[in-house]
Amino acid sequence: MRRTRVLAAGITLAMALTACGSGGGSDTKDSGAVSVPEDPASVTGSITVLTNRTDQVQDGTAKAYAAEFSKIYPQVKVEFQGITDYEGDVKIRMNSEDYGDVLSIPGSVPTSEYPSFFAPLGTTDELAKTFDFTERSAVDGKVYGLANIGVANGFVYNKAVWKQAGVTDWPKTPAEFLEALKAIKAKTGATAYYTNYKDAWPLTNWGNALGSPSCDAGAGDKLASTKEPWAQGQDLNVADTLLYDIVHGGLSEGDPNTTNWENSKNLIGTGKVATMWLGSWAVVQMQEAAKKAGKSADDIGFMPFPAQVDGKWCTAVRPDYQYAINVHSKNKPAARAWIDWFITKSGDAQKAKSISSVKGASLPATLQPFQDAGVKFVNMTYADNAKVADIDKASEVGIGAPEYRQRIVDVARGAAKDDLAGIFGDLNKRWAEAQSTVG
Amino acid sequence: MSATRTAGERREVSSPTTPSRRSKSRASRGRPGRRGLWYTPWLYLLAPVALLVLFTYVPVVSMVSYSFTSWNGLSPTKRYVGLDNYVDLFTRPQLFQVFAVSLFYLVGAALQIVVALYFATILSFSTRFRNLFKGILFFPYLINGVAIGFVFLYFFQPGGTLDTILQPFGVAPHAWLGDPDLVNTSLAGVSVWRFMGLNMVLFLGAIQSIPPQLYEAAALDGASRWQQFRHIIAPGIKPILSLSAILAVSGALAVFEIPFIMTGGSNNSETFVIQTIKLAFNFNKVGLASAAAVVLLAIVLLVTMIQRWLVPDERVEMS
Repeated sequence: MRRTRVLAAGITLAMALTACGSGGGSDTKDSGAVSVPEDPASVTGSITVLTNRTDQVQDGTAKAYAAEFSKIYPQVKVEFQGITDYEGDVKIRMNSEDYGDVLSIPGSVPTSEYPSFFAPLGTTDELAKTFDFTERSAVDGKVYGLANIGVANGFVYNKAVWKQAGVTDWPKTPAEFLEALKAIKAKTGATAYYTNYKDAWPLTNWGNALGSPSCDAGAGDKLASTKEPWAQGQDLNVADTLLYDIVHGGLSEGDPNTTNWENSKNLIGTGKVATMWLGSWAVVQMQEAAKKAGKSADDIGFMPFPAQVDGKWCTAVRPDYQYAINVHSKNKPAARAWIDWFITKSGDAQKAKSISSVKGASLPATLQPFQDAGVKFVNMTYADNAKVADIDKASEVGIGAPEYRQRIVDVARGAAKDDLAGIFGDLNKRWAEAQSTVG
Repeated sequence: MSATRTAGERREVSSPTTPSRRSKSRASRGRPGRRGLWYTPWLYLLAPVALLVLFTYVPVVSMVSYSFTSWNGLSPTKRYVGLDNYVDLFTRPQLFQVFAVSLFYLVGAALQIVVALYFATILSFSTRFRNLFKGILFFPYLINGVAIGFVFLYFFQPGGTLDTILQPFGVAPHAWLGDPDLVNTSLAGVSVWRFMGLNMVLFLGAIQSIPPQLYEAAALDGASRWQQFRHIIAPGIKPILSLSAILAVSGALAVFEIPFIMTGGSNNSETFVIQTIKLAFNFNKVGLASAAAVVLLAIVLLVTMIQRWLVPDERVEMS
């Protein structure tokens, strides 16, 4: 127990030291945007790419990309640093000047701070012609980060299990969805829904449901002015109520405190778990797990949130990590070249069967069923993103954090004394209070 | 702190048996010029003091300074807000409710001291395989806290090790971490398992510094093992006992690693430190979190002072 404090002190110290080093940080800020170099042969230098994809660094995929890249830019050397605790480590490193040349923007960096840390990549008007999701990281009309992929949200499910329970059509309402889960519980031995409560971050995806039930691209922005985002009929209310009902109905795993993300892939792959609420990126991983377990990859499917507007399902699409250039980088043109090449030419998005952020790119095969069923892909807008994030932090609600959803799960399974109305009331109150204090 | 005090007490306790060494050292202290220069002791102290200042006092000072700002942990500028963070803290009583969780660890720590004392006493007598048992009991303390967290996650799983062991005794399976009434007991149990060995070694060291002729004399007088413990060992290790109590209380207030790894503070197991970490890193309120840490430090100091006042540190003279 005592060691903990030493550790915490060490972290604090590291932050203090690095904070000293960044004193002159904002002075060196480059006001002009870094554009993609026109002559690849003339770009020189060595760049370091910080990535959360430790798997790609280890299995050589990253090196292969670097080799491909150097065919076009022969004078640029690309190195990778795979970081396991990406969010935590990079945020602390950003107090220094040493946070790579190219990096994925950690989620906890407030959008309004982007100009102090990253070099602008171009204007919104110009980049929005080629790329989706540019608004997400734009400050004052300049884009500071570009996403490689977009993520659609839905339920990853085991088709075989759902079929065994006699459900073949996607549910159209939360009530139908619950009926389907009940049928799965009654007719198959599978756990109908798996919360991944212990690892917590999979629960945060419920916040990404925002926009799906209402089919509203501006649902996120509206939080800046909505006094009560958990009032009846609001997206967050609909989604969180569904989570509550699933757990309350005994349709999720028995002991949420001992869930395990890595193992959940096997569970759904082998049909021991029927359904999980995740992003489209997860489909490939689950299919691989199914294959490894000797089942068919085709068993794994993806379905939209059970709600329809004008007879159509909707799925909110959000950008994944955005790549940015360190404002202190000495090789900005090379870094810019890498970002552009990686997003437009590396084929990484296609390989991961994800939605490429390049406009006009075709949808991956995993989302073909969505297209066939006429599911509307709603690209979320991020006009008031900075303000919404500020309210979220000030209120300590954490729409993208697991805490309050863990609380919902606890209350739903009778482990905490409260009710859903009480939780929503508290969230509404905190949100409204923070809204009045934040600029 | 604990190590130096142990050494100090041990010397005090054993001093009567080695009078010559003591007088010698006193003599050399009186004439510093004879051996080495005046700054020789400072040279020896340089490394530990530098580390202590660098890794303890500098961070504490910066933490205190952060607590007067609204820093978000990232921004190059830190806005001074005076006592706002402290006002914010003390106007939110729910932030202090988590101290209720510490009570579980406090009870655990008390149990831990009793068990450690029991083993230390037994192992101080000539027990068969005593070194093996010493090793086995101390071993958990050497394991990395993260590894312990993961091991016990499997241990507590429904149908996991613990349930399997208890089954033959007719105990129905429990959600050891899932039941809000059980979770803190389970976690405190892990904490006891982990730190008991450390307490035991501290006690064992103190017990072994008690002159053996005392036991012999007691045995001749017909004292039983319990009487030996009650009248020789217990008073002999009193300073270490009170130190352990202080460490137990401050440890219980600042408990972090085990619940953070095993439950992340969910399901009614959130402690004050976990809450502080969440404020700092989930909600970017480093200023407020620093203020919370300062308050925790103050509480620990206060409790320690009260404890020292209630149970003063007496000199133990044994002969």
